[in-house]
Amino acid sequence: MPSLEIRDLFVALAATPDKPIVKGLTLTILTGEVHAIMGPNGTGKSTLSKAIAGHPDYVITSGDVLLDGKSILEMEPDQRARAGIFLAFQYPSEIPGVTIANFVRAAVQARLAEGEDLDATAYYKRLYSKMDLLKIDRKFTSRSVNEGFSGGEKKRCEILQMAMLEPTFALMDETDSGLDIDALRIVAEGVEAMRGDKLGVMLITHYQRLLDYIVPDFVHVMYDGRIVKSGDKTLALELEAKGYDWVKQELAAATTA
Amino acid sequence: MSAPALFTTPAEGFTSARFAQHLSQRGYLPAWWLETKKAAWNQFLALPLPSRTDETWRFSNLKGLDLDGYHVPEEPSQQIPHHTDFPQAAEIVFSNRQVVARSTISAELAAKGVIFAPLDEALRNHGDLVRQYYQKHPTNLGSEKFVALNTALSVAGGFLYVPADVEIALPLVIQHTLSGNNVSMFPHTIVVLGPRAKATLVEFFISGGAESERQFVSGVNDLHASEGAQLTYVGAQNWSRATLAFQTNSIAVERDARVLSLNLHLGGRQSRHESHSRLLGPGAHSEMLALTVASGEREFDQRTLQTHIAPHTTSNLLYKNALLDSAKTIFSGLIIVEPDAQQTDAYQKNRNLMLSDTAEAHSLPGLEIQANDVKCSHGSTSARIDAEQEFYLQARGIKPVEARRLLVSAFFEEVLNKLDDENLHAALTGLIASQFKR
Repeated sequence: MPSLEIRDLFVALAATPDKPIVKGLTLTILTGEVHAIMGPNGTGKSTLSKAIAGHPDYVITSGDVLLDGKSILEMEPDQRARAGIFLAFQYPSEIPGVTIANFVRAAVQARLAEGEDLDATAYYKRLYSKMDLLKIDRKFTSRSVNEGFSGGEKKRCEILQMAMLEPTFALMDETDSGLDIDALRIVAEGVEAMRGDKLGVMLITHYQRLLDYIVPDFVHVMYDGRIVKSGDKTLALELEAKGYDWVKQELAAATTA
Repeated sequence: MSAPALFTTPAEGFTSARFAQHLSQRGYLPAWWLETKKAAWNQFLALPLPSRTDETWRFSNLKGLDLDGYHVPEEPSQQIPHHTDFPQAAEIVFSNRQVVARSTISAELAAKGVIFAPLDEALRNHGDLVRQYYQKHPTNLGSEKFVALNTALSVAGGFLYVPADVEIALPLVIQHTLSGNNVSMFPHTIVVLGPRAKATLVEFFISGGAESERQFVSGVNDLHASEGAQLTYVGAQNWSRATLAFQTNSIAVERDARVLSLNLHLGGRQSRHESHSRLLGPGAHSEMLALTVASGEREFDQRTLQTHIAPHTTSNLLYKNALLDSAKTIFSGLIIVEPDAQQTDAYQKNRNLMLSDTAEAHSLPGLEIQANDVKCSHGSTSARIDAEQEFYLQARGIKPVEARRLLVSAFFEEVLNKLDDENLHAALTGLIASQFKR
């Protein structure tokens, strides 16, 4: 079964490599599983997902990330993506002058063999069906990527790309942030539609509410750069009720003991 | 450097013997043309090569202006690349300055008096008409020596004449290909639109052989738009990596006429483009556009002049350069508003997209306003490619070179969108994309 294995990972900003943000995180995700990673702000959740995707601002100073048992750390971001890793951005870039249609098309084309041409009719048919599912106006195909999009439109567009590219592992970075309840429901339904034994998900979120719609198999609490507590979906409810201070206190008690 | 240093071997290089041979090979020469050529040859000999002290050559690589050892090819090349796979009204294909393929304009257009012919043929059949417009408004932006050489040795080139009130919907195409080592070419194209006429001319300048072939080109264009005419001119060059190329555009815009010129620069070792618009009558407009993909160690040198002579004239210049590797671009532009040209509206903008830390973009915008009621602005910007955008594209599996192509295309879109012809737009996009297949 395909696996994404994070082994004792340390990540820092490239500019300050001696100040780790992620500090010895270990987690294995298999396809068919949804892992929610929760935790207070500034605890390294976004850093973790960007580092796995290969963002140039971050360095992995120690540890490893393995896709199906093979390290991806020597791979470029585009190679990691083609290998099956998808990062749904918290703040997707605006790219004026590049249309959604051309952007997604280039991404689909990049997955074809050298010299193989994309079937444009089939591509548009598939793109439109995914857009309909995510309630994205078909006119968006000719709009520039994320330019002038609302928060909800941007996130739906991320899910659209995910649906088109069919990754093995999706790292979803605060996909719920900035969404009203309707947008949240549409986005969650989009993810749920893809859920199954071919996809593993790492769902980074600050709040329980997304997990009402995408019910996770596992919940991990991240604090100060590592996972300090893991459990099933009830852990999220407990966090919602007791707050992150509860975890902090538990952690402090454990350290002094 | 002085002129005599150019002539090392009598058989090759631009020698007087070569010029005499050139004249002897021409089948028919009108007297005025012969005189023009002789005068130009003498001017070429008399003019010095550009020197450090020439303001018009600031930042240019003067050491690269080496004219030694070139010859004028007598045989057309076997290699004829086709870059013109889009609907067109007619096409003339030159290979090593000889016509190797040609499609003619429709009988309907011919009956209306449209002329589209190689320059040689036009001189033979319409000599007086050619004479009337041949270098009527010469440019003087620094390359006079190379323009003189063009006049002396030019064979290839086209003549497009569109009489009053005739509109040609599809573009007319001239393709120049140059193949071989140490070969040279001197294309000269003249476009004349009569009152209220409308046409689009596209010229491709392509090296047909290996990228290492050393070549020399000096090309000239005379573009005339009579009262109320609408002319679109596109020049696209993709010379070999070892080509030294000059191209000068003279654009004359009369009352209520509109000229859009777009030059696409992709190749060459060192390529200099000079463009001079003259706004001659009220309501005249010149849209001056250029796109450059500067890669490798290429140098692209662009000098422009917008001269507003009549009142109520407008011009808009937008030159965009994408710089990669260790390439260098120079943009030097001037707007001159003459004393009578009140209510001039003139803009000039050079924008550089830096895709490499070792690339070099120079920008020298300028204004010279002699009237008091005008709106003029000029400016230049240089911005690095957005690293977040690049990462975003790559995070979708798009290869770095393709990600850059997309971002450069996005940067160029503002200019390409000014072309009405979608097929032409696509053809240019294809040429640009070919620069990103490394």
